[in-house]
Amino acid sequence: MSSTPIVLAQALSRRFGARRAVEGVSFELLAGQSLALFGPNGAGKTTLMRMLAGLLRPTSGSASVAGVALRGGTAARAQVGMIGHHSMLYPALTAAENVEFAARLHGLPDAANVARHALDGVGILDRAAVPVRALSRGLQQRVAIARSTVHRPKLLLCDEPFGALDESGARALAELLQRMRSGGSAIILITHDIAQGLRHATHAAMMRDGQLAGVEPTSGVAPADYAARYRALCGLSDAA
Amino acid sequence: MPPDTISAALAIARKDLAIEFRTRTAFLSSLVFALLAIVIFYFAWDPTAIPALDLAPGVLWVIFTFSGLLGLNRSFGIEQSERAIDGLLLAPVSRQAIYLGKGLANLLFVLAVQAIALPAVVLFYNVPVSGGFAVVAAIAVLAAIGLVAIGTLFSSMAVNTRLAELLLPMLSLPFFVPIVMPAAQATASLLAGRPVAEAAAWLKVLLAFDIVFVAACALAFPYTIEE
Repeated sequence: MSSTPIVLAQALSRRFGARRAVEGVSFELLAGQSLALFGPNGAGKTTLMRMLAGLLRPTSGSASVAGVALRGGTAARAQVGMIGHHSMLYPALTAAENVEFAARLHGLPDAANVARHALDGVGILDRAAVPVRALSRGLQQRVAIARSTVHRPKLLLCDEPFGALDESGARALAELLQRMRSGGSAIILITHDIAQGLRHATHAAMMRDGQLAGVEPTSGVAPADYAARYRALCGLSDAA
Repeated sequence: MPPDTISAALAIARKDLAIEFRTRTAFLSSLVFALLAIVIFYFAWDPTAIPALDLAPGVLWVIFTFSGLLGLNRSFGIEQSERAIDGLLLAPVSRQAIYLGKGLANLLFVLAVQAIALPAVVLFYNVPVSGGFAVVAAIAVLAAIGLVAIGTLFSSMAVNTRLAELLLPMLSLPFFVPIVMPAAQATASLLAGRPVAEAAAWLKVLLAFDIVFVAACALAFPYTIEE
């Protein structure tokens, strides 16, 4: 793997009026690494992710993706994929049309075939011609995953991606994440499920009040111990 | 390799038109509004007091303006459910490509409504179809460009508010005046059988405002959608 960081965040901060949503976040992630990000609601995880996606301008600080500064606009956005709270799909279009549209916006040649391949990757090629509004929430999530990864991004940002998925969907996503890491992508995974996050990530970090508590490798970390530290950080009792 | 502005704009316009073709909600509501307005104006009109040809230009431009607004509301509305707008903003395409794509789809939408409403006005108001009528059609296209340029920009601003359907007309209508005024004046002159040269001055004003609004709105658009 190349040692050039896929993500390099330096003192990233974002305010909304007087409120500090993210404050001085710095970290780096190399190719093949994945970071599980934990934190209570309102900790700033989604704001951080939206800044790294280029959807939100930092108030201060800087970040680059695959060596391209986020301020680089289209060149930086071409390297990023995002699975967010919302599917970002058009309900009136079919699964294939949604993914094909994303492929066209990324300038991929033979967008129709690329889209079919992406749908096959998440196990729903047989539903390619079905309008998204007619799909269950879990299947919509799979289409959203195909849409977000159709261009093989260098950085994949996932905000609770396992939420609506059934067992086979979760397995397909886990395999996809593994394939992407093997292919040199980096992944940031936001989740409230500590065991799941640690299982799918090479590194883990906690956020609270917009600040990142150190990034550490997940190898050798017991989920129960990490969960206890997480509860302590959040000020929760052990019984919670 | 990210697509160029034109390719991206065409992809966005194609997607918007495919959604409208599937749902037909905005087109049907605009068309029904246009046809109902023509009928209501027709029956509210006293033919002994106002000649039909004097009334037709006003009816035509009231209908074009408000039926267009109905369609423009939908332009960014379809991006709001499931935050599809984030998918557009994440794509490696310029913000101008998004504006142009949306604008192109809106223009075709408005022209489709006009293509049905214009013959209906001709029919109801006994408008003579002469050489000047082709110029009226050209005026409708020119005016549609200006209306869509403004409406697309304000649609992107209004869509994030709770009162989007109220805010869009409030923001747009004052800016529609420089477009609708020369268009209505030129239409009145042509329908009255005056030579095309007499309407030329209004056409130049219309063209000038088209250029100004398209350029200004395309430049302003990125600031309306970026956080």
